Amino acid sequence: MHACSYMRNNHQLFQERKVSEMSSYAKHLHSIDAGHYKNTAACETEIMPIPAVVKIPLSQHIGKPCQPLVQKGDTVKVGQKIGDIDAFISAPIHSSVSGTVTGIERIRSANGGYDTRVVIETDGKQEISETCVKPEVTDFKAFVQAVRDSGLVGMGGASFPTSVKFNPKNIDEVDTLIVNGAECEPFITSDHRTMLEATEDVIDGAATVVKWMGMKEGVIGVEANKMDAIDALNKMIEKKGIKNLRTFVLPAKYPKGAERVLIYEVTGRRCDAGKLPADVGVVVSNVSSIAFLGQYFKDGIPLIKRRVTVDGDAITNPKNVMTLFGTSVKDLVAFCGGYKKAPKKIIMGGPMMGRATFSDEVSVIKNNNAILCFDEDQAFIPNETACINCGRCHQACPFNLLPTGLADAYLHKDVDRLNELHVMECMGCGSCSFVCPAHRPLSFMHTLAKGLVKEAGKK
Amino acid sequence: MDKNITAGNLTVSSAPHIVTSLDTAKTMQLVLIALIPALCASTYFFGPRVLLLTAVCIVGCVLCEWAYEKIMKKPVTIQDFSACVTGALLAFNLPANFPIWMALIGCVASIVVVKMMYGGLGRNFANPAIVGRIVLLLSFTSQMTSWPVARGMGVDAKTAATPLNLMSDGGQIPPLKNMFLGMRGGAMGEVCAIALIIGGLFLIWKKIISPIIPASMLGTMFVISLIYYAVKGGYQDYNALYMAVYQVLAGGAVLGAFFCATDYVTSPIMPTARLIYGCGIGAVTMIIRLMCSYPEGVSFAILFMNIMTPLIEKTVTKRYYQSLYGGGKNEK
Repeated sequence: MHACSYMRNNHQLFQERKVSEMSSYAKHLHSIDAGHYKNTAACETEIMPIPAVVKIPLSQHIGKPCQPLVQKGDTVKVGQKIGDIDAFISAPIHSSVSGTVTGIERIRSANGGYDTRVVIETDGKQEISETCVKPEVTDFKAFVQAVRDSGLVGMGGASFPTSVKFNPKNIDEVDTLIVNGAECEPFITSDHRTMLEATEDVIDGAATVVKWMGMKEGVIGVEANKMDAIDALNKMIEKKGIKNLRTFVLPAKYPKGAERVLIYEVTGRRCDAGKLPADVGVVVSNVSSIAFLGQYFKDGIPLIKRRVTVDGDAITNPKNVMTLFGTSVKDLVAFCGGYKKAPKKIIMGGPMMGRATFSDEVSVIKNNNAILCFDEDQAFIPNETACINCGRCHQACPFNLLPTGLADAYLHKDVDRLNELHVMECMGCGSCSFVCPAHRPLSFMHTLAKGLVKEAGKK
Repeated sequence: MDKNITAGNLTVSSAPHIVTSLDTAKTMQLVLIALIPALCASTYFFGPRVLLLTAVCIVGCVLCEWAYEKIMKKPVTIQDFSACVTGALLAFNLPANFPIWMALIGCVASIVVVKMMYGGLGRNFANPAIVGRIVLLLSFTSQMTSWPVARGMGVDAKTAATPLNLMSDGGQIPPLKNMFLGMRGGAMGEVCAIALIIGGLFLIWKKIISPIIPASMLGTMFVISLIYYAVKGGYQDYNALYMAVYQVLAGGAVLGAFFCATDYVTSPIMPTARLIYGCGIGAVTMIIRLMCSYPEGVSFAILFMNIMTPLIEKTVTKRYYQSLYGGGKNEK
């Protein structure tokens, strides 16, 4: 069947299904209604003026941190490589501004460890480095190299180097690209805006990846609360006449954008913990990453900026901001009118899986899709009470785990029981903690329990 | 604003940073709301003493919990409304003319012995209201089994027999319409089946209780009585189907199915385990009703299956995860 007509059928099917209860569709995994709070969905992305100073962390991916390639006093240009390392799982880091390096500092990072940051005083000229040239891709190897040179990591939150993801061992068995435009986290709208504002880049990027990886098709999974984005993507696919790309409407529930959930929803394939998506013939990439690739293969400017949703009750003017990496949260908040109320919690990422930081001095990095500043009321989490065994956590878990049983086993440090209940399948989506009427930090306990199991496995 | 507005003022906690507004207290409040239709019906049938007895039981249970926690120097947890639910359910299991001081003994047995001494809410292995009722039934058997006449029964007597009593004595049983609407003898909360079903459906609609337990329990009772009466050739003039419906509506089955058996703490979580649990209650109830000397067996059946719950849950969980994710840790 023609891809476009298939896609429209899917759309119509969805419209019909929307009337009835979508979650009754047999293929859906458990999910929850965590609320959407997409306050900034209609806010066109604003470009932030160049900050006076940017501090670019050298660890913006999973894996070994990069080594600095510049020294204090060096002049740098936009897109110039300032950090790299010769490790398999890594991605280079580029300067997001032109200016002078005033120091290389070590500082506590947002995740509690230590981080090296390159401090650059900007000159405001934004001169583009002569190394930024449109990549010439002639074969698969060159494609992977170009992706690595672009510095791309998963922009949805995992920050896994994309060049590694695009180069699986079993490349012949990988037949589907899934572009993750679900954006199931409440508050965040940066992917939504990307799909609306950089529609062409998304389609071009996806087509490029599908072409060079030799895949059968690419599927852009988008939640049903972003029908405008779906329409825009469909129109663009039709306009370009691309046959092996289509959109897929996901229920607007949490956590449909989680990698393993998304794979199951789109293809019906099960990707259990410990497996890579490539093991089930799929590569999943965030829509912002794909949009970046679309742009990169046109102009060759590496990953130096991204859309960031700034929201929360403590923010004066919530909006989407095109932010250069290394911009401090403080500068970003100042651009959004500053704090309306005293912030009690600053979250990098969404409210379900994002990380609360200890300071607004931290820098925006590649996987940072949102900055949420909650005031006292919004940050309030009621005290934990006793488990009443209601089973809501089990009903909420996309992988049918038994969170209350896992929490009890963790509290008893019972590794055998944790294994019996398959704690390693937990992806930490936080659905169980969200629905718990006793407000137990179940998801957090699972994270600790996974650490416990790993420790026990080493012995 | 102050430049250092965030310094030392930020909370750092694990995700998720937002949680549902439905907490334990709201859950319990919804259960209390679901009991209101039955309370109204009961007040209509047995008069205002129903309200007095319900109030006494609720206050008694809350006071017991509060006093126990004060004496034991534990944090007070009465604001979670679970003691109110226990009190209301205990009251619903009593005859409307039950002496108040005896009801208070039931409250102490429910809250102090069954719930608090085992560690409070979430730790009790048996349903407090059910055990409270059983304690009262065994201690004050005559008061617990002399039922006042409900309005509209058209019986000119001081006391009325329950339909199950009548049946075990081989007497004339009230018609199905009376069983549905509540014109029959029985504990004050259990007579009006239609009000209880409305409350139960409300809880299912609000996703407070899972329909598995009530459906499997009442379904099992229906099937067992259908077979029993089919083999026996009906009861008096009534056929097996009529009697099967009758058995489901009689006694405390509907109250037990929607409100007592579904108690979170003492029922399993896994859907399969809930099915086994519900079927178990239905089966044990029917065994007691049809073969034992007690005319009614819902509370004994619930208590029995409460005790079985951890065993059912354990077996089901183990099998479930084996089939879902494969065997032990060595497999991956």
